Amino acid sequence: MTEKKFDYLINGDKSKWEVIIGLEVHAQVLSKSKLFSSSPTKFGAEPNTQVSLVDSAFPGMLPVINQFCIEQSIKTGLGLKAKVNLNSVFDRKNYFYPDLPQGYQISQYKNPIVGEGEVVLDMPYGTKKVGIERLHLEQDAGKSIHDIDPDNSYVDLNRSGVALMEIVSKPDLRSPEEVNVYVKKLRSIMRYLGTCDGNMQEGSLRADVNVSVRKVGDKKFGTRCEIKNVNSIRFMQLAIEYEARRQVKLLESDKKVNQETRLFDTKKNATRSMRSKEEAHDYRYFPDPDLLPLKLEQSLVDKLKKELPELPDEKKERFIKEHNLSPYEANILVSEKEISDYYEEVIKKCDKKLATNWITVELFALLNKKNLSISQSPVSARNLSKLIKMITSGKISGKIAKDVFVKMQVDDKDAEQIVEKEGLIQQSDPKELEKIITKVISNNKDKVEQYKSGKEKLFGFFVGQIMKASEGKANPQLVNEILRNKLK
Amino acid sequence: MSNISEFSLTRIVSGIKKKDFTSEEVTRSFINNSKKSKKLNTYITECFDQAIQSAKNFDKKKDYKGLLSGVPIAVKDLFCTRNVKTTAGSKILHNFVPTYESTITSNLWSQGSFLLGKLNCDEFAMGSSNETSFFGNVINPFGQKLVPGGSSGGSASALAANLTPATIGTDTGGSIRQPASFTGTVGLKPTYGRCSRWGIVAFASSLDQAGPMTKNVKDCALLLQAMSGYDPKDSTSVDIKVDNYTSKLTEKIKGLKIGIPKEYRVDNMPNEIDNLWKKGVDYLKDAGATIKNISLPHTIYALPAYYIVAPAEASSNLARYDGVKYGHRAKGNNLVEMYENTRSEGFGDEVKRRILIGTYVLSSGYYDAYYLKAQKVRQLIKNDFNKAFTDVDAILTPSTPSSAFKIGDKKDDPVSMYLNDIFTVPVNLSGLPAISVPVGYDKNNLPLGLQLIGKAFDEQTILNLSLAIEKRANFNKKIKVWWN
Repeated sequence: MTEKKFDYLINGDKSKWEVIIGLEVHAQVLSKSKLFSSSPTKFGAEPNTQVSLVDSAFPGMLPVINQFCIEQSIKTGLGLKAKVNLNSVFDRKNYFYPDLPQGYQISQYKNPIVGEGEVVLDMPYGTKKVGIERLHLEQDAGKSIHDIDPDNSYVDLNRSGVALMEIVSKPDLRSPEEVNVYVKKLRSIMRYLGTCDGNMQEGSLRADVNVSVRKVGDKKFGTRCEIKNVNSIRFMQLAIEYEARRQVKLLESDKKVNQETRLFDTKKNATRSMRSKEEAHDYRYFPDPDLLPLKLEQSLVDKLKKELPELPDEKKERFIKEHNLSPYEANILVSEKEISDYYEEVIKKCDKKLATNWITVELFALLNKKNLSISQSPVSARNLSKLIKMITSGKISGKIAKDVFVKMQVDDKDAEQIVEKEGLIQQSDPKELEKIITKVISNNKDKVEQYKSGKEKLFGFFVGQIMKASEGKANPQLVNEILRNKLK
Repeated sequence: MSNISEFSLTRIVSGIKKKDFTSEEVTRSFINNSKKSKKLNTYITECFDQAIQSAKNFDKKKDYKGLLSGVPIAVKDLFCTRNVKTTAGSKILHNFVPTYESTITSNLWSQGSFLLGKLNCDEFAMGSSNETSFFGNVINPFGQKLVPGGSSGGSASALAANLTPATIGTDTGGSIRQPASFTGTVGLKPTYGRCSRWGIVAFASSLDQAGPMTKNVKDCALLLQAMSGYDPKDSTSVDIKVDNYTSKLTEKIKGLKIGIPKEYRVDNMPNEIDNLWKKGVDYLKDAGATIKNISLPHTIYALPAYYIVAPAEASSNLARYDGVKYGHRAKGNNLVEMYENTRSEGFGDEVKRRILIGTYVLSSGYYDAYYLKAQKVRQLIKNDFNKAFTDVDAILTPSTPSSAFKIGDKKDDPVSMYLNDIFTVPVNLSGLPAISVPVGYDKNNLPLGLQLIGKAFDEQTILNLSLAIEKRANFNKKIKVWWN
């Protein structure tokens, strides 16, 4: 396979520009209760039904750390091959907003729970390592609702206090496509770990995107802008495209890029200024005196490390070795834990190569068409395995298998039963086949003449006729063999 | 039975148990006194009808298992009480009725006592004279023009005037010990983490601690025992077994080593206080203790450090009072205006002053110079105490640099007001337990107290030492009832 070269540069009027991107991903911790209270975190509940006195900051209420969320973020840190800090501190980030009941957000500022790590991306031009700066825990705010009433705003505190992991990358990303692969990889790692469901529609995964540009060859970074709270990969990519071009335009007309916070307008596909550096909040961070510094035992970290499931990178290596897959195939099959689980279930009882093809071609086409995830697949792994086994054993042909596969999609109907009931078993009896073949030959004597005088392409025509006569059930290999002999 | 209200808490508990009197009789006695005490302005909320009902229920059930069975208790209005208005002495919470009960008060109720009312205090416990309360000054029963101290001034006055058999306060920089000293009562600030902060309106989280205020040391031991304990709802609460303070209470303190810190002999301290301190030394010597001169070299930095740390935490703790969720809300044409009006109207001057100081010292660019420096000073002060306690069992100091002062005297001079806390503040910064015990009077017949500082979680030793002093000082409460 020829490797593509990295080619994402912005062609300005005067020079070529490189785009520098860093991401702050906010990933909701998969946990039944909030970071500092026992309120439930279920998505989509009626407004203000999942709110405790702590979440709504009543006088005298105190936060208590949810140990499960701590363990979830340690696991995530380990999954990012990062250093887990045995001592970390929760700080208060102070600002006023109606959906922030305490008047401060409890976050981690100077001493996060997880330090430096890395994520490996498989790009068409090779693998690329993206550095992780840190991962810290913080509580989410509530939601202000401005469109119910013309005169009043409403506040829903269901999200208030929900645990988030903020995963900060180093400014290592260089294109929207790398951002795409990076976010998907992060999400995949967290799903493998069961620490974040990565559901972007429900807001479980959002990102602040830092973008700057520099002339190709320059060493120094340009001034960056931060695009806040972008909630889909596509929007991230569009925002980066727009923002990079905006900055290039400014710089090429000898203007400066102002360090500022911007918003992405999804209707205009453009970013616009939210607040400048001068208008930036002074958050007055200080250690939260209601919480003691978080001290972790090395033994807990070791225990969690031991219990860590196989992660995508390791699984990919194993798939390549154990199942003889190409790196490309392995990548697709490990991209989601559910896909790899499905694959390993299918190959328990059938040919691996064929299974890979069936999953990545037929099954994925089906899922795409119906917009389903693999866990919602209408065809179960076991059933697909049966189907493939019938192909390898010669019981049915590949062509018939495709028809059977369509029928299996209704209620996951058993592949073997479909084949039995509908009499689709492949005709592999040489005597029976010979009869059909002889008949086809005798019906097409002119074609036989032409074939024998050199028009070898006609071989396909005979096979087609034979398959038709056998209602598709003839074993293609045997047909080829017998036909060749007959036409000699 | 008109004299029940003069009895100690211990005497009342045993009297009820022995059926000398009923809970209802006890309750009515305190209610009668309370009703006649309007001039003292100790109550923000009276719960007299419910208290009588609770007493009647108690007398029917006669369940004497609790440490405080059948005893009505009025508490500082900083403790959240279910279905009873809790104001923290502030306009911003003037209409706030919690749906929950603080851990400390529920501990008291589960020991068989019940609520008599909510007592006045400085707004958000910020003050040393009870002059910052939205609900007006509290008056010290020792004089019509005198402050009771603060911030637990309502608690101290109510206790001294026999309006409640005992009470609880909170102490962030001296708010239990200073008013106790000003009213001739006993007040103890437990070790930080000994008593739960859950359900107490927060002032400065790393310093706030609830504690007992009582007529004598034995009562203090009893009430401390009833309120103390680990609370999983407070992450700073410490899971250490609570001593049986009452059964271990003894004046036999022979052999204990008492430190006298030279840095507490401050300039301009009245001779009377120095003499009182010497008296305390003599009492303890008499009881068999050894006296040692010690040094706590960073003491002079305690007050400035305190007035950075406490306002910093307060500025953040009070951010939640924004008019959005509960409490006072002012009108405004937009969100920011609503915030500004609510907080301008809702907070008094002292609270605003501290929010401003706190916001300033946490601002970027000033954080290192103020907040971080103050935290370092705090550590040095802790180290001072740790070092001292390798050599002594407790430390004896005056509780306050003066006796109760006149209303208005220091109101417009915050620094001289803050100086009131000079002996009490180092203890909060170090998280140690300390008690103020009344010892004598000054030339104006105003009470003065001494402070005993103990090792962390060693409340027992300072209680025992206080008992030894109490026995020898023979302090008589000289109060004429003038307020009826």
